[in-house]
Amino acid sequence: MIWNPTKECMSREQMRELQGKRLHKIVEYVYHNVPFYRNKLQEMDLSPDDIRTIDDITKLPFTTKKDLRDNYPFGLQAAPQSEIIRIHASSGTTGNPTIVGYTRKDISIWSECMARSLTSFGVTRNDIFSVSYGYGLFTGGLGAHNGVETVGASVVPASTGNTEKHARLIRDLGISGIACTPSYALYLAETMDKLGITKDQIKLRIGAFGAEPWTENMRTEIQNRLGLKGFNIYGLSEIMGPSVSYECDEQHGSHINEDHFFPEIIDPVTLEPLPLGQTGELVFTTLTKEGMPVLRYRTRDLCSLLPGDCPCGRTNVRMSAIQGRTDDMLIIRGINVFPSQVESVVLTMEEFAPLYMLIVDRVNNLDTLMVQVELRPDYFNATLDTPAAISELEKRFADKLRSVLSINAKVQIKAPGTIERSQGKSTHVIDKRKLY
Amino acid sequence: MTIRQLSIFIENQSGTLQKVLELIKQLRIQIIACTIADTAEYGIFRIICSEPDRACRELKAVGVAVAISDVFAVELDNQPGGAADVVGRFSGAGVGITYMYAFLIDGRGILVFRTDQADKAREVIEKGGLHCLTEKDLPVNA
Repeated sequence: MIWNPTKECMSREQMRELQGKRLHKIVEYVYHNVPFYRNKLQEMDLSPDDIRTIDDITKLPFTTKKDLRDNYPFGLQAAPQSEIIRIHASSGTTGNPTIVGYTRKDISIWSECMARSLTSFGVTRNDIFSVSYGYGLFTGGLGAHNGVETVGASVVPASTGNTEKHARLIRDLGISGIACTPSYALYLAETMDKLGITKDQIKLRIGAFGAEPWTENMRTEIQNRLGLKGFNIYGLSEIMGPSVSYECDEQHGSHINEDHFFPEIIDPVTLEPLPLGQTGELVFTTLTKEGMPVLRYRTRDLCSLLPGDCPCGRTNVRMSAIQGRTDDMLIIRGINVFPSQVESVVLTMEEFAPLYMLIVDRVNNLDTLMVQVELRPDYFNATLDTPAAISELEKRFADKLRSVLSINAKVQIKAPGTIERSQGKSTHVIDKRKLY
Repeated sequence: MTIRQLSIFIENQSGTLQKVLELIKQLRIQIIACTIADTAEYGIFRIICSEPDRACRELKAVGVAVAISDVFAVELDNQPGGAADVVGRFSGAGVGITYMYAFLIDGRGILVFRTDQADKAREVIEKGGLHCLTEKDLPVNA
């Protein structure tokens, strides 16, 4: 089934024409409403009238995560506050999160994109569908929730946590669809094993999995253990949230809702656009967003756009699976984590040297994060010389980390001189998971 | 009334204790008594030693997490119940023992401990006529 054949199956010519019109409009809109963009365009001697077709997009400046940080919290917001009906926040690279405000129209477009995705997965109004992304500042929970309601299925807002209760509800209510991170799906399968709930006692048939990279091996394992078909859904809060792109039955790449989010693939070093089919950094321009539109936002995700028609009948372009990142961002239990966030916390604690190591692993299908820090010899004193005092210090550090990262991290305090000294940024992280 | 003790933060991994002991050996510091408070990941190695100030300074200089503090070292009469009587005096006065260990000097039991209220502990020691060691009493051979 296709939710919106007009938009999902339009001819390439019609699509490009629509995109060109919308691009002109959005450039005009940000030019008049966001000083950041007006200044950038004026510096480049560009006026909105220079942008007439979608091919003109390469004239426009890029937007980066740093731009969002520098304009915290509302600097890139285009709509007046009175028009904003919801605010989400995602991880920033340091202490400040990235703030994204949505107008009523934004929420309605997001719900539409979510409905297209869910319909593509096979969800109908007859399904009972549980949303098991975190509800809250994270876009996953509420984003998927609105989509399920738009389709008309019965939404069960399970959120995360209390997995045993959730497992029983899946069995008892005959829940037929679920949206969650792929690693949570595996954790759920494990919990069901523990509770003695078998595959033939449940009716799950559709899984909408996203918010973190996953492999075909994981897909096979989830499908075998839960007896459903698992579909990829991709998104990021800077652009909208989940449903920027979605798989179809073919499961060969994810169709981008490109009437709303225009994709480009660029060389992350030269910033030049790459030919169709080549792998590079994915860049999005929001074509219809009112709250916080962005021009050529660099996602830092590496992938390619797939050439050719899809047998499913949709004409909107497909993107490959994410093949890596051009920065050091980690996705842990679906939450974006930057090593620099950890650094900003370490630097506030005088007991520790300005050194740290993040060790990420996946234990029983749940991501774990351990942060190692080093005691400073000159700050070790008689008030710290008992295990009780050290564990108190660990707790204080772990609490600060949680408030910045939004996930729990295990803390390990190391003796001076034991964390490897080096220059490169990547040596702050040991990721033992195999995600790409 | 107190003697000085060094506390050294070490990781609970094979070889770390040896490394610290080797450093202490190189400094020609004599260890008189020691104990380790261990957890799964790290330990606090506590020692009574010769020249605690120099030992602390020199260990810090090579990057060891070391702290110096004052602890009580009370002599016991070598009878059953000796430790119970001493600790009983402190708990009777509402003074908590943070940690404790013991060693022998010439066959006499010495109880080393820190309390949560040093001033009150001193009162208990004075009133009870307990015999506290000073650093002069320690059998330093160097």
